Amino acid sequence: MKKTMYEKIWDSHLVVDVEGQAPLIYVDRHLMHEVTSPQAFEGLKISGRKVRNPHSILATMDHCVPTKNRDLPIADLIARKQIETMADNCKENGLNLYDMKSPNNGVIHVVVPEHGFVHPGMVVVCGDSHTATHGAFGALAFGIGTSEVEHVMATQTLPQKKSKTMLVQVNGDLSKYCSAKDIALAIIGKIGTAGGTGYVIEYAGDAIKALSMEGRMTLCNMAIEAGARAGLVAPDEKTYAYLNGKEFAPKGAMWEQALAYWNSLPSDAGAEFDAVITLDAADIAPQVSWGTSPEQVVGVNANVPAPDSFDNDGKRKACESALAYMGLTPNMPITDIKIDYVFIGSCTNGRIEDFRSAAEVAKGTKVANGVTAIVVPGSYHVKEQAEKEGLDKIFIDAGWEWREPGCSMCLAMNGDELSKGQRCASTSNRNFEGRQGKGGRTHLVSPAMAAAAAAAGHFVDIRNL
Amino acid sequence: MQPYTKHESIAALMNRSNVDTDQIIPKQFLKKVERSGFGQHLFHDWRFNDDGSDNADFELNKPVFKGAKILVVGDNFGCGSSREHAPWAIADYGFNTIISTSYADIFYNNCFKNGILAIIVSQAQLDALMAEIAANEGVKFTVDLENRTVTTPAGNSFTFEIDPFRQGNLLSGLDDIGLTLKHVDKIDAYEVKHKQSYPWLWA
Repeated sequence: MKKTMYEKIWDSHLVVDVEGQAPLIYVDRHLMHEVTSPQAFEGLKISGRKVRNPHSILATMDHCVPTKNRDLPIADLIARKQIETMADNCKENGLNLYDMKSPNNGVIHVVVPEHGFVHPGMVVVCGDSHTATHGAFGALAFGIGTSEVEHVMATQTLPQKKSKTMLVQVNGDLSKYCSAKDIALAIIGKIGTAGGTGYVIEYAGDAIKALSMEGRMTLCNMAIEAGARAGLVAPDEKTYAYLNGKEFAPKGAMWEQALAYWNSLPSDAGAEFDAVITLDAADIAPQVSWGTSPEQVVGVNANVPAPDSFDNDGKRKACESALAYMGLTPNMPITDIKIDYVFIGSCTNGRIEDFRSAAEVAKGTKVANGVTAIVVPGSYHVKEQAEKEGLDKIFIDAGWEWREPGCSMCLAMNGDELSKGQRCASTSNRNFEGRQGKGGRTHLVSPAMAAAAAAAGHFVDIRNL
Repeated sequence: MQPYTKHESIAALMNRSNVDTDQIIPKQFLKKVERSGFGQHLFHDWRFNDDGSDNADFELNKPVFKGAKILVVGDNFGCGSSREHAPWAIADYGFNTIISTSYADIFYNNCFKNGILAIIVSQAQLDALMAEIAANEGVKFTVDLENRTVTTPAGNSFTFEIDPFRQGNLLSGLDDIGLTLKHVDKIDAYEVKHKQSYPWLWA
């Protein structure tokens, strides 16, 4: 039988499949951060259970960590306790933790690939919806809740319902002004935030093959914003070149053995998917979200939609309330939207390639009057690499703040946040109400689009620069 | 986990779609290391005014919905982050049942780990339930998990589908981990095979 990549990974990880119970699948890698794990450790302790495979776990601190004055104790006492609890839990259970002072510290989904901890064909989980990022390596990676974090620690397995499969085929060549972020947003704009519910998406086509590993991570990262359980890209030479030599990548004869297995993973020619969506990359313009859901997104050359342009009652109502919250008028050009803040970073766009593309646009510009612009590297390694390339100087000269790594303004848990009514061009993944601070307004864009908006003070079509 | 039993309760109406977990429990409340006490922060940014007083315009602040155990909501409820703090907050506030046409995947799983029955109904059924509450706020619905039925005074009664495994666990209040560990010999055997097939994962 011809199988999709998802089916191959599923079948090879099935531990128990008996009538009347959810199938149990084996978990190869378990990623952790400070926010969704403390209650799981507590549960484990109360029930007298132990972590089954400590070596399968890699932990970091990212959500609550400050991005400046890192030498000082965390001012927020509750956040400080959460950070300390993480350190205690990892120590007690013998887990590998990249704490705030570690040179390896950073956002979990940036750090993990840097060390080659995820390989093709693995099942990877984390108490974080953006675990989908690691699908870029051809691993089945998905977010779980805290009860499931405890379950995986205790049993190395998860009861799972098998997902349906969706092929998202992106044909043709992407404009040089667009990036993986624009593809991700364009797909969500097309299928909606619930379009992928119940599915695992496999991304394929020339435009996907052409993406770098960083780009594929950005794309898979936002599979969850389309409602999908996970996103996948078939491993290829780029995947192997990225992994080769990394700390947790197989070495020597084991590398050859692994490679043979990885090469067997891509979907068989003619394998059937439950749904197929096709996009032409050439049709994708740089994207800007205008509303409070990632599906409320258009090309930068378009106008803010009017509620009556939607034929569905629910979408019309959602448009009305989004426009009210966002303080926008129907039919105004996207390029007329003025911004107060710019954030470049997050597990979506906090990798070296993102800073290179933003720096290229920021070079020689000045942040517009009244705009605050911050750059938050995804990890210390990204920061170090960017500094080696002089990117930090480009940003600082242009009037940006160059920060320490963390999740920062993607979810605004660490004190970096918008105030009421402030409008932000953000390279993060969610434009929900209040996501970047109560009353804050978020527009999702690519790093290059964010950098262009910082200089102009409003959105600009980077194709015209 | 408390076993879920048949009950009659006030059904509260929240006619909104795509309610995300950032709204259910905003991030400023995710720093706690305990599982309890999140109910007071449920829907915080909608529920309270800037000065901390109750927002009278927010649906759940209507006195008539006080004590409701059933929450009737629009589609794609619980989208966004994987935070289990969302169902913790919902359960701690007092809800044990949600009725909608669809839920985000991770949120749906998280509900059942916390004794919350998330019922999936058709759009027509949801419209009828919403209309019944709107016309008669404070109306009580009866939910019977064993027989998979929802019954209402206006006669909007129907059977719903649910995975038998989830249904069983909810009815008995069973601990998932305990159930999985009954298969520990199979997990052990799988690992032996796994080490042979994929030795580089264990190097």
